[in-house]
Amino acid sequence: MELPKNWRLRKQRYSMVGEICEKCGARIFPPRDVCPECSKPAATPYTFSGKGTVYSYATVFQAPKGFEEYVPYTVAMVKLEEGPMVAAQLTDVDHDEVKIGMPVEMVTRKLYEEGEEGLIVYGYKFRPRIHKSN
Amino acid sequence: MGERRLLKPERQVGITGYGAYIPRYRLPASEIARIWAGGAVGLPVKEKAVPGLDEDAATIAIEAARNALARAGIEPGLIRAVWVGSESHPYAVKPTGTIVAEAIGATPHIQAADWEFACKAGTEAFQAAIAFVGSGMADYAMAIGADTAQGRPGDALEYTAAAGGAAYILGPAEESLAIVEASYSFVTDTPDFFRRPYQHYPQHGARFTGEPAYFRHILTAAQTLMEELGYTPADYAYAVFHQPNLKFPQTAAKKLGFTPDQIKDGLLVDEIGNTYAGSSLLGLTAVLDVAQPGDRILLVSFGSGAGSDAFSLIATEELPKRRNLAPFTRQYIQRRKEVDYGLYVRYRRKLEMH
Ligand SMILES: [Zn+2]
Repeated sequence: MELPKNWRLRKQRYSMVGEICEKCGARIFPPRDVCPECSKPAATPYTFSGKGTVYSYATVFQAPKGFEEYVPYTVAMVKLEEGPMVAAQLTDVDHDEVKIGMPVEMVTRKLYEEGEEGLIVYGYKFRPRIHKSN
Repeated sequence: MGERRLLKPERQVGITGYGAYIPRYRLPASEIARIWAGGAVGLPVKEKAVPGLDEDAATIAIEAARNALARAGIEPGLIRAVWVGSESHPYAVKPTGTIVAEAIGATPHIQAADWEFACKAGTEAFQAAIAFVGSGMADYAMAIGADTAQGRPGDALEYTAAAGGAAYILGPAEESLAIVEASYSFVTDTPDFFRRPYQHYPQHGARFTGEPAYFRHILTAAQTLMEELGYTPADYAYAVFHQPNLKFPQTAAKKLGFTPDQIKDGLLVDEIGNTYAGSSLLGLTAVLDVAQPGDRILLVSFGSGAGSDAFSLIATEELPKRRNLAPFTRQYIQRRKEVDYGLYVRYRRKLEMH
């Protein structure tokens, strides 16, 4: 049932493709076709660098249905370098290692599986940055 | 004899970008020995890389591919093929290549397909990518080897079956980090290792895995390639062999006349295990991380079934300029979180609820 929605969102989910406002230069994520800064139409695709820092976070010990096997996991508000704030799961990190201000980078991971026979849904998560040179 | 054995394209081709990925988790072989052998057993490797719950061959391939793109410095839309070699594709039907290509922004003017040939599925894709670019049909093609290999609990393979992958962008020699001088492939029908449909774990003929399978194919492929090119081991700065355990590649190197120094930088199996289709290709990423312009590199894969692909490469002046545009393979190896057998069983979903 979720197939068409997952398919439409794939570019946004796999690789953080948002939009850039041609009028004021604001980078927009998730894409919404209207600039939140100047309210002008904005539909030019823009691929985010995926770099950001943890703004706030919470660790989930009792997960909603479909996410039980991943507990405990941490969900964070990540402030992207380009400006927008995005909510996403953190990965490759122990929940007691997470800190506010921690530099993170986007990776594409499995978000959930629709049972053993259904679709595997991939999307962005964030992990502590590996590469320090850029 | 006049037989044409070497594989050489019309147009010279090279590696214009390369990238590695190794998951964060490590399971020491001593943990497996503790559970299944009371600790009293020789260990084929020190430890192996284990994927997290949200990782599979597609996510491993995506990160390796992004690293390759960063080093190549090209628009993803210029890539005309994304080919993924693996024996752990997430879907039985639905190409991993489509997911990877979409995630890196290479769609839609591409070919995308999955390759299978046990541990040499990735180098098979590499050969095809050389031909695709070498014929002039495409300027860039991506070949990936990535796996999340599983061994039956308690089986000898469980000590080594690991997760990881490497991606390569093949392109014009003029833009390359390393030029492909020539390649050669050697294949026979050998039943050393196999898995039937719907079976979770493979079977392996214990007596069959060494001499008639691994050594015969690796040695023949390497010797033929060097003979036809007029080279000896002394012409190479580095050699990388498929590494199912620590002993096999060390023995193969010795039989061919390579020194331990020539193979040490590309020999990762003791620290990450056997990453199957990723194995020799990951070893090559570690060599490209340190090689100097003019260094000649020999790469020889092995896939059960059985066959080997051998490649002769030369590093260019571009390599030191562009290799720091993505994480080094050693950085992934150092990113290490040890897990015990219990967590491993949970992460690999080996637990059945009754
Ligand atoms: Zn605007």
